[in-house]
Amino acid sequence: MGGAAQAAPLPTEGAARRSWRYARQTGGVLFSVALTFLGLTCVTFFVGRIIPIDPVLAIVGDKASRETYERVRIEIGLDQPIPVQYWRYLMKVLHGEFGTSLITAHPVLQDLLRVFPATLELAFLALFIGIVCGVPLGVFAAINRGRWQDQLIRFASLLGYSMPVFWLGLIGLLLFYAKLGWVEGPGRLDVSFDDIVPTVTGMITIDSLIAGEDEVFWNAFWHLVLPASILGYLSLAYVARMTRSFMLSQLSQEYVLATLAKGLSPFRVVWIHALGNAWVQLVTVIALTFGSLLEGAVLTETVFAWPGLGLYMKNSLFNADLNAVLGGTMLVGIVYIGLNMLSDLIYPLVDPRARK
Amino acid sequence: MTAAPVPGTMRAWLLAPAPASRMQARFGRWFRAWLGFRRNPLAMSGLIIVLALVLVAIFAPLIADPDAAIHQVLEDRLQESSWAHWFGTDELGRDIYARVVFGSRITLTIVALVSMIVVPVGLGIGLPAGYFGGWIDTVLMRITDIFLAFPRLVLALAFAAALGPGIENAVIAISLTAWPPYARLARAETLTRRQAEFIQAAELQGASHFRIIATQIVPLCLPSVIIRLTLDMAGIILTAAGLGFLGLGAQPPSPEWGAMVSSGRQVLLDQWWVATIPGIAIFVTSLGFNLLGDGLRDVGDARG
Repeated sequence: MGGAAQAAPLPTEGAARRSWRYARQTGGVLFSVALTFLGLTCVTFFVGRIIPIDPVLAIVGDKASRETYERVRIEIGLDQPIPVQYWRYLMKVLHGEFGTSLITAHPVLQDLLRVFPATLELAFLALFIGIVCGVPLGVFAAINRGRWQDQLIRFASLLGYSMPVFWLGLIGLLLFYAKLGWVEGPGRLDVSFDDIVPTVTGMITIDSLIAGEDEVFWNAFWHLVLPASILGYLSLAYVARMTRSFMLSQLSQEYVLATLAKGLSPFRVVWIHALGNAWVQLVTVIALTFGSLLEGAVLTETVFAWPGLGLYMKNSLFNADLNAVLGGTMLVGIVYIGLNMLSDLIYPLVDPRARK
Repeated sequence: MTAAPVPGTMRAWLLAPAPASRMQARFGRWFRAWLGFRRNPLAMSGLIIVLALVLVAIFAPLIADPDAAIHQVLEDRLQESSWAHWFGTDELGRDIYARVVFGSRITLTIVALVSMIVVPVGLGIGLPAGYFGGWIDTVLMRITDIFLAFPRLVLALAFAAALGPGIENAVIAISLTAWPPYARLARAETLTRRQAEFIQAAELQGASHFRIIATQIVPLCLPSVIIRLTLDMAGIILTAAGLGFLGLGAQPPSPEWGAMVSSGRQVLLDQWWVATIPGIAIFVTSLGFNLLGDGLRDVGDARG
């Protein structure tokens, strides 16, 4: 890593040098984030260009005169060379302008901000379920390596990997909503509860707590529980598996033997010392899981008529509302990149060994 | 554990401690890997599922009536399972069993096409990056990182939206987001072998870079690429089915499993089997690939 790394390593590094190194690393991360972002805009720009529909015709209609056609073509900048067009597109994106949605006639950004909290609510609860169940299962599997408990957990997480989420959602609805009546059906709330709670965060469970509406909260909660559990199961599979492998590498290290020899209880050694170290690696896994949950949300939301980003994108897709689709792609892409960046930045903070 | 092989048998030839030819050594290595693989019941069930899927796809016209998969018999719609229709019929009176059987061909086609794109592209980017290093490495890996940071399904969605729905476009969209891990894998494998003495020997003998990569490095990368591919298959199948479910994959009336689940949604509460059975097919298939890949990885680990 350039100059600082080549300087002779001092026996005791000063705090200034450490923070300088961290700053350099941060700079590197930010640089690659910027590159990735540029790549993302390139792809969405490209996708916007390869559509078989002529964007000018879509505006003027096919009965327009040649002059009108030419005028609109110049107005929307299609007469410019591709690099110029890309540059203009990039500037627009940086200013948060994703164009206007054809269906809702609102600016796409406004639409996205309206629907995104619903997806976040779903993804947060799913992630919570995934971590709360997945981490202990992974630790348990690692302790019992090779025994039937390990095999069982491994098989259960393979099931999670292999399950089509949309199908699992349908089965869940059939079983827990239609047959057993344990949970509420599709949507975020029963119709009678609509528009009671003022929107603050856009997450109904939180908003209803802020407004002190218990009834709305529980209704929203029972709507949320099934889709979140189904997404949560999928993330659980991944989290449990990664926890297992991180724990195995921790448990094989000498400090575990040393602490055991010192007389610490095995429980403490496993859950405090080994898991404490494994958390460092789990941060990255959790960030990635959250990204994949956003993706899973597209399918889950379709099944559960959950008015979030996924359903918005899907509906836009079938109405040939490309601005909305690309805006949604951009949003998910940015969150994805942001999560990767966050885990890259947090990693050296929590793990001294990663500070090169 | 096992008794020493009886001399003169195939087994003894394969397990010979000192193979007489290169071919014998190679077969012996495969056989030992197979012996390890065979002991893993989960992996074996995966292998059986995948083999069964391939056989079903090949012999589809022999085990199901091709006509029943497409032909609509409206008076027979939404029937429960019976001897005439093992898995019942769908909302257009088509036999679900026949549709599931023929759907395996679509799934396997998608999987095969994606692998045929992803592996060469991944190797084509990863091998030069690892082999030449320097700025070539930096540029190629930056590109890879960019693609790696993309959300797969959402990008596939955007592409399908732009290119229009259909299997070909679903394959392109999936491939576009699936190749980066192969590039990284190929680069990592190349880096570990780059300084090996046999590579230097080949260089000294005047072999071209291309020749060294193609004849020395590629064969060493392939096992881990194949393992990775098997593990990826499940994800590819699920993404393809998801696109089909959203109406962006194979178009009706072709019996794609995801699309079948989607069309069964309307009648889920009364005729549960219409949506459930193709879903089970997706699930079993991806489970098969996952189990197989998992087992292969264990075998690969033990050797590596």
